Amino acid sequence: MIQESALDVFKIREDFPILKRKINGNKTLVYLDNAATTQKPIIVINAILDYYMNYNSNIHRAVHQMAEEATLAFESTRQKVAKFINARLADEIIFTRNATEAINLVSYSWGRPNVNKNDMIVITEMEHHSNIVPWQILAEEKGATVDYIGVDNEGYLDMTAYEEIIQSNKVKLVSISHMSNVLGTIVPIEKVIAKAHNKGIPVLVDGAQSVPHMPVDVQRMNCDFLVFSAHKMLGPTGVGVLYVKKEILDKMKPFIGGGDMIKEVHKHGTIYNDLPYRFEGGTPNIADVIGFGSAIDYLNKVGMENVRQHEIDITSYAIKAVTDVKGITLYGPSNPNHRGGVVSFNISDIHPHDLATIMNEQGIAIRSGHHCAQILMERLDVSATSRTSFYIYNTKEEVDIFINALNHARKLFKI
Amino acid sequence: MSDDIYREIILDHYRNPRNKGKLEHADVSTHDSNPLCGDEIDIHLKVEQGKIKDIKFEGRGCAISQASASMLTEMVMDKPLTTVKDLAKDDILENIGLMNLGPARIKCALLSLKVLKMGMINYYTDKDPESAKKIQDDSKLY
Repeated sequence: MIQESALDVFKIREDFPILKRKINGNKTLVYLDNAATTQKPIIVINAILDYYMNYNSNIHRAVHQMAEEATLAFESTRQKVAKFINARLADEIIFTRNATEAINLVSYSWGRPNVNKNDMIVITEMEHHSNIVPWQILAEEKGATVDYIGVDNEGYLDMTAYEEIIQSNKVKLVSISHMSNVLGTIVPIEKVIAKAHNKGIPVLVDGAQSVPHMPVDVQRMNCDFLVFSAHKMLGPTGVGVLYVKKEILDKMKPFIGGGDMIKEVHKHGTIYNDLPYRFEGGTPNIADVIGFGSAIDYLNKVGMENVRQHEIDITSYAIKAVTDVKGITLYGPSNPNHRGGVVSFNISDIHPHDLATIMNEQGIAIRSGHHCAQILMERLDVSATSRTSFYIYNTKEEVDIFINALNHARKLFKI
Repeated sequence: MSDDIYREIILDHYRNPRNKGKLEHADVSTHDSNPLCGDEIDIHLKVEQGKIKDIKFEGRGCAISQASASMLTEMVMDKPLTTVKDLAKDDILENIGLMNLGPARIKCALLSLKVLKMGMINYYTDKDPESAKKIQDDSKLY
C-alpha cells in the first residue's frame, strides 16, 4: 500500500457513503470531478435529515420552539463560516444560492451605484463565466468596460500587465479568481490586493476553488469581497457565501426585495433590516445552510493545512504519472506548490468528451469541456480540455486507475 | 461499450472527414454549437432544382459529433432537400451505427442534423417564407 501523508484518507473514505457505489455494473466509483462539486460526508446528510425530521420550521420570525431551534442552527452556520475564513464579524457573511449569485449581488448592489460610464472593471483571462458575465452585463448597462489581465503559457498571471492597468484612474474594481478551476493556478492574491488598494481600488476574490482546498483568511489577504460555494466543500448545493467588509456592506443597496430583509414596510417606503439580513430577502435555504455548518465542522476536524498538503501530494503524483503518458499536453503551472488539486490536459487528438466517455466505462468521473472558461480556452487555443480534480478522499491508487484508463483510451484511438 | 463506440469507421470519419471545408457560392450556410460541450458545426449547402447539389461542413469537437457530420454529408448528397425534413434521431444513430448513446452524448451525434435542418429552413425562408413555415412545422425534431 502506498503511504498517504497528510491525511488518513482510508478513514475519511468511510464517512462518504457514495464512494462505495458501483458504476457500470461492477466498477467502483473513482470520483475525480471535485472542482465541479464534492461528495458529502454522512454528517452533512444527517444534519439535513435531522432538520426535516425533527425541527423543520421557518426562521427569524416565529416564537415557537422549533423556529428557535432552526434559527439557532442556521445562525450558528453563519458564525462557523465567519470563523472559517477569519471574518471580523458574522454580520459580514451573507448567504446566497451559490458563488455565482454572490457575484451578481455585488455587481447589482455595489456595482450599479459605483461604476459609471468609461470606468473599467478588471478581471483575468482565467475567470469562470460567473466572474465574467455579471461584469459584462454591468458594463453594458453603464457604458463601462471589462478589461482582462493575460495569462502566460505556464498559466501564471501577467503581473506586469496588472500593475500597468491599475495605474489607470478609471479602474473601479478588480475581480479575480484566487485559484483557476482549469489551470489550478493559485494567484498571488495578497500582492494583487495590496497593489489595487494602493490605488484605492476594491477587490473581489472568487474563492470557489480556493476556500474548499486551502486555509483562506480574509483579514490577512484584506479582500473587500469574497465569494464561494458550499457544495464544492462537502456541503449541500444551493448555498453560497458572500463576505463583504462591513464598511462597504453598510453602504450597499439591497439586492432581492421581500420578506426577512425589511424592518418596517409602509405604503410609501420601507426601512430595511440590519446586516446581514438586508441582503437575504425571502425564506433562505435553511436545511442546506444547516448542512453546510456540518461540512465546516468536518473540514475543521480534518484541518485545512492537511487538506492543502494532501492535495499537493496527490497532484504532484498525478502530474508525474500523466506526464509519462504518450501524447499528453498538460496545462497550468508545473510546480505543485503554485497550483491546487486540478489537473487539466489533452491527449493527442482524443477529444475530451470522447475521453470522458471512455473513463466513465471504467467508473471514473472526470470533467471534459470548456469548464465555463471559454475565454481561457481561447487563450490556450483549444476547444476543450479534460480535467481531473482531487479532494480529501482521493487516493494515489485512484490516480493509478485513471492512468490505466488513459492508456486504454490511447489503445482505442490507436495512438 | 466504449470499445463499440470508437470503432474503425467512427475514427476514420473523425480523422479523415468527408466533405469537410468551405463551399464557394453556397446558397446557405448555417452554424450552431452545443453549449454543454462546445462542439461546433457549420454546414454549407448548394441547391439546384430542389436537390442538394453539394454539401460541405466545417467544425470542431468530439469524434462522435465530427464523424456524425461527415457521415451525414454523405447521406444527403444529391438527395432532394425536402428529405432533410423527414430525417429524425434514429436515422442518424442508425447511420453512424450507435443506437445506444447516452443522453449526454446523443447531442453530439445530432448536432449536425440540427444545423442541416436549420439550413434547410433558412433556404426555404429566403425563397418562400410561407411554405418555409409549413416545412418548419412539418419537420421532425428529434
